Amino acid sequence: MELNIENLTKSYGRGQPVLNGLNLTVDGSGITAIIGSSGAGKSTLLRCINRLIEPDSGTVRLNDVELTALKGAALRKARRSIGMIFQSFNLLDRLTVMENVLAGRLGYVNFWQASSRRYPQADINRAYELLELVGMEEFVNQRASRLSGGQRQRVGVVRALMQQPSILLADEPTASLDPRTSLQIMELLQDIAGNLGLPVIINIHNVDQARTYTDRIVGLRYGHIMFDGTPADLDDAALDAIYDGKDWNEDPGEAESGGAGGSRGSGGAGGKDAKRELEGARA
Amino acid sequence: MQAQAPGSAGAAQGRPDYRWKRPQFFTNPYVRWGLPVAGLAYLLWAISTLSINWNRVSAGIPRAGRIFGNAWPPDFSRSNLIISGFTESIQIALLATALGLLISVPIALLAAKNIMPRGLHWFGRGIIIVARSFHPVIVAIIFVKAVGLGPFAGVLTLTVYSLGFVGKLLAEAIEEIDEGQVEAMRATGAGFIKVLLYAVFPQILPRQVGLSIYQLDSNLRASAVVGVVGAGGIGGTLMNSFRRFDYDFALAILLLIIAIILVSEAISGRLRSGLS
Amino acid sequence: MIRDPSLQELKRYNWRRFTPAQRMGRYVAYLLTVIALVWTIRGLDIYWPWVWDSPVQMADLFRRMYPPDFANMREILRVLMETINIATLATLLSLFFAIPTAYIAARNTSPHPLLVWVGRFILVSSRSVNTIIWALLFVAIFGPGAVAGVLAVAFRSVGFIGKLMAEAVEEIDPAQVEAMKATGAGPGKVLMYGIVPQVMPAFFAVTILRWDINIRESTVLGLVGAGGIGLILQGSIDMFAWRQVAAILIAIMVVVVLAEIVSAWLRSKVLD
Repeated sequence: MELNIENLTKSYGRGQPVLNGLNLTVDGSGITAIIGSSGAGKSTLLRCINRLIEPDSGTVRLNDVELTALKGAALRKARRSIGMIFQSFNLLDRLTVMENVLAGRLGYVNFWQASSRRYPQADINRAYELLELVGMEEFVNQRASRLSGGQRQRVGVVRALMQQPSILLADEPTASLDPRTSLQIMELLQDIAGNLGLPVIINIHNVDQARTYTDRIVGLRYGHIMFDGTPADLDDAALDAIYDGKDWNEDPGEAESGGAGGSRGSGGAGGKDAKRELEGARA
Repeated sequence: MQAQAPGSAGAAQGRPDYRWKRPQFFTNPYVRWGLPVAGLAYLLWAISTLSINWNRVSAGIPRAGRIFGNAWPPDFSRSNLIISGFTESIQIALLATALGLLISVPIALLAAKNIMPRGLHWFGRGIIIVARSFHPVIVAIIFVKAVGLGPFAGVLTLTVYSLGFVGKLLAEAIEEIDEGQVEAMRATGAGFIKVLLYAVFPQILPRQVGLSIYQLDSNLRASAVVGVVGAGGIGGTLMNSFRRFDYDFALAILLLIIAIILVSEAISGRLRSGLS
Repeated sequence: MIRDPSLQELKRYNWRRFTPAQRMGRYVAYLLTVIALVWTIRGLDIYWPWVWDSPVQMADLFRRMYPPDFANMREILRVLMETINIATLATLLSLFFAIPTAYIAARNTSPHPLLVWVGRFILVSSRSVNTIIWALLFVAIFGPGAVAGVLAVAFRSVGFIGKLMAEAVEEIDPAQVEAMKATGAGPGKVLMYGIVPQVMPAFFAVTILRWDINIRESTVLGLVGAGGIGLILQGSIDMFAWRQVAAILIAIMVVVVLAEIVSAWLRSKVLD
């Protein structure tokens, strides 16, 4: 699997571009984390890959298919190979768990199969097996709206896996979950990347989780890549550069309020010098 | 968690296939199949009883073309007729709304389970049900026979119409109030009227204002129609124009009705959202 | 220590229920209302002697209606059934036009912003023309009979159902649509899985409600010749057969009340 992003640019309205000539290559397997404060362009980047958001310019290539050049049926066909899980889970609340995961096959079945729910037996078998994998086999006919957050995200993961994708995009999948469930999902993603050999690109705000569970960390700030390396390389100076001196240790609510933690106060001054050096080096 | 490459048809792996059926709204298969069959049978029977004269219907399309041809362009020349007709309709709507609101309050109180003793609220409910069951046109015909042609019958008709609508919603609003406030007022020794004024009315007032505006809008539309049976307003003018085949005049009236309804709806929507 | 306030202290706390601005607003509102009502009563062409006479007239009318004459009940019920059929067929017919129009009138699903205005225009026109007026038009085109009635009720219903459905479509959660697009589903399947399940409860509730209203609307179609009980009612009134009129009115009321009970029950089942 090779994902090639070249010169990706996107702006909303007349303000600063959210992504400005971004270049990124992801190949092989393993989990790549994208970190950065909100507004850094993480969500936009992910959605430009499967073109849920249209980039203004630039190219995205997945396994030698230029996604940005596709239209209509060809684009939909390509989307099948890109699985996605969402921060708000995006399940079909009024349908059952089984119907939700079978919806992952919508790119493969025809309209009548979809409307009558007569999916191929192989799909049904696969659905059950995957649900057993994530421990949701008892909820097969349960309405999605009755599930807890962690359960919903697991169903979301199964739905994405049903697509038999070559890559999995995860947009802040643990942001709406409590810490313990959060870790469960991160472990699940690790399992998927390791045992199924499925490469994962994950937007994540929790730096500790990124360090623990991922193989490569890419740090964004204002649509530029500030850092690209292993978790071991991610030191405080790099974090300052990515988060612009704001706190990265806390939950997103506090991080967005801009440096609420007192313990980081003294480190901040030193960090800013290092940040200026990094900026100078990049410019 | 060990993952095999998932899912081929289980038989190949020596495992039985999983069974899954889509969830059904009607669990009983007789109901599930019986209902659509019964429904279809009903539809076919209903259509058959309509006694459609197909010659008439097929002759209708060219006739429609002729009518629309005569109707366009709309004829606005008889403006004094139009103006007097619309003025009368607006006046009927205004008066009927005022009267209807006035009467709705005591009747809604009568109909509220939580205010009235047991038997009495059925009486109030009964009045509201009777007021609502009949289309305003039917009520208009009765009133025309009772009090003569003209706008008085129209006012009475729309008052009953308002009573039916506002009365029902107001009664429901009264039944949904916070009982605690009533209880507190009673505890201070306040009499029935004072309890009403302080505990009940303030809770239903916002609802009532919204309903009033909505009903004024409704009455405006309905007033255009009750004239068709002689209860005053632009409806009568419209009916006459149809009778005399003055389709261009009829179109002019219709366009104005649509315009007025649009304006009134916009104003009423703006007012109601501004108040909430 | 709590002590009773002196008179001067009492005067300091000047509590009024409304601020001066609010009081002004209320006076203006009252004034406008009074002016409107006076203009209305003055302007209306009311023959006041008839007004004072009306209670006597109405009492006389009710006396003539008592006791109701159920002699022709079989015929009345047959025609009432036709009225119900007209309402039901018309509601179903209107769905064929209301659903696509709602789809293009909803800003989030419409293929083109211009189509949104087209859809809205269709819905507004349908709603603004009263059922009776539609009936007049269709009787002029297709002649008297139930066909004109069904078309009239259907045309009026398109606006009601379409408007509420368009609002329901605009209120859906876009996240579910996004997730369906991400799987590579085409627009039809996105609609079926992402949008339809979300608007189903509203769809059933609105349709059942409109059916209930249409039963009432259909009772008067006959007055302009478009079928249903209205014709018999008008006939009885014209012949001054007041006791039969009473019987018909009672029958109508029973049907309307039953329809309302059924409709309320069905809607409670649907809005889970």
